[in-house]
Amino acid sequence: MENLMVVYEALPFLLQGIITTLGLVLSALFLGFIIGVPLAIGQVFASSWIKKIIAIYVWFFRGLPILVLLFLFYYGLFTMIGLNLTAFMAAVLVLGLRSSAYQSQIFRGSIQSLGKGQLMAAYSLGMSKGKAIWNIILPQALRISIPGWSNEYPAMLTESAITYAIGVMEILTRGNFIASRTYLPMPIYLTCAIIFLLLSYSGMKLLHLLEEKVRMPGFEK
Amino acid sequence: MPKNKELILQVKDIHKSFGDKEVLKGISFEVHKGETKVIIGPSGMGKSTLLRCINQLTIPDKGTIWLRGQEVNHHNARQINQFRQKIGMVFQDFNLFDHLNAVSNVEIALIKVKGMKKQEARDKAMSELQKVGLVKQAFLYPAELSGGQKQRVSIARALAMDPEVMLFDEPTSALDPELIGEVLGVMQKLAQEGMTMVVVTHEMGFARSVADEIIFLERGRILESGPPEKLFYQPEYERTRKFLFKLTELYGDIKGYHKR
Repeated sequence: MENLMVVYEALPFLLQGIITTLGLVLSALFLGFIIGVPLAIGQVFASSWIKKIIAIYVWFFRGLPILVLLFLFYYGLFTMIGLNLTAFMAAVLVLGLRSSAYQSQIFRGSIQSLGKGQLMAAYSLGMSKGKAIWNIILPQALRISIPGWSNEYPAMLTESAITYAIGVMEILTRGNFIASRTYLPMPIYLTCAIIFLLLSYSGMKLLHLLEEKVRMPGFEK
Repeated sequence: MPKNKELILQVKDIHKSFGDKEVLKGISFEVHKGETKVIIGPSGMGKSTLLRCINQLTIPDKGTIWLRGQEVNHHNARQINQFRQKIGMVFQDFNLFDHLNAVSNVEIALIKVKGMKKQEARDKAMSELQKVGLVKQAFLYPAELSGGQKQRVSIARALAMDPEVMLFDEPTSALDPELIGEVLGVMQKLAQEGMTMVVVTHEMGFARSVADEIIFLERGRILESGPPEKLFYQPEYERTRKFLFKLTELYGDIKGYHKR
């Protein structure tokens, strides 16, 4: 009973963490998307030295633990170049850049799966490379990417808790705060876990609806 | 052939190698307005490459292409895009845009390349679909169309750009036998209406009755060319006669092909 009361009292404080967590996750996914798409296009269509630079970028952000990236950027790089960011902003940047590396590989796979035929057809109608990519390749590649991309949301959601380490006031940071005050770790962490599970479930549901909505006729599963 | 007619396309001394393999060893021919040239020859001997060299989807190693006396220069991307608008191309595997329905497939280049207003493009696209007999299918997606219908959409898509010349790269080779006729029918109608066409095909019935000239390509060279009567009945080379005989035997003379 006492446990329930603690949880009840802690709930508003924990729920505020949802805003931070979702803000962080959605911003980072969005940043990862708007950087990841051009990276993917570059990896398929750009000149070989640009491809090399992108490969190094992808290797860097996929090759380091998130914690190392967070410390390296938040305590190291951003301070060094005099960029005065809040922990939240730093977390968005780091998780976003890291996500862009992963997302680029999803989009690259989709672009390459389309084959050259439609590109040739677009060129034969007088489309420039840019127009062909924008009007023909991307609309299809993005649709194909949705199932694979759906992994990015729960991955980002669960990974976001690690920003606790630099003091972002997300769900786990808040839970930790209360747990250490009340000495009741189990009910508090369990509440955090349930919040995460609900967030992940509703997000996946939304992505699934999106997938259904934009599916190309004739490409039913 | 009609030497007095306007010269549309000049292909001069086209060479192309892939690695050590020289696929085209100096191909030259001319196409006049309203003519239909049919290119035949064994598979893997560069027929498709030749068509792609004409609209620079493949850049030839050597040689020049002129469209209405203007040289197609592959160093200038903008100019190539201009030329490609005037050279329609129909592919063996249709290459329709899978995320667009039939009418959008036809109108997208009108909107995005020619900058046409949406309604104007829609009207034009519908009238092109009418020409190939697919108004009813206008709002179906490629995956919902039969092979023959897909190829007719792709013909309409190329025609919508009002090209000077149409290139057909084995347009019926990926089709079920019973669907070949509807595509050849559309092509024959085009030829009769005066469209200038270069067609790579194995359909001898079509070649025989529609072609003004047949070009026999072998080992990267034009072995022989001339009107169908000459190639079929008095070829200069035994090789030509054998090849035509073989094709006719394989694909039939008039199979799937309607005389109208």
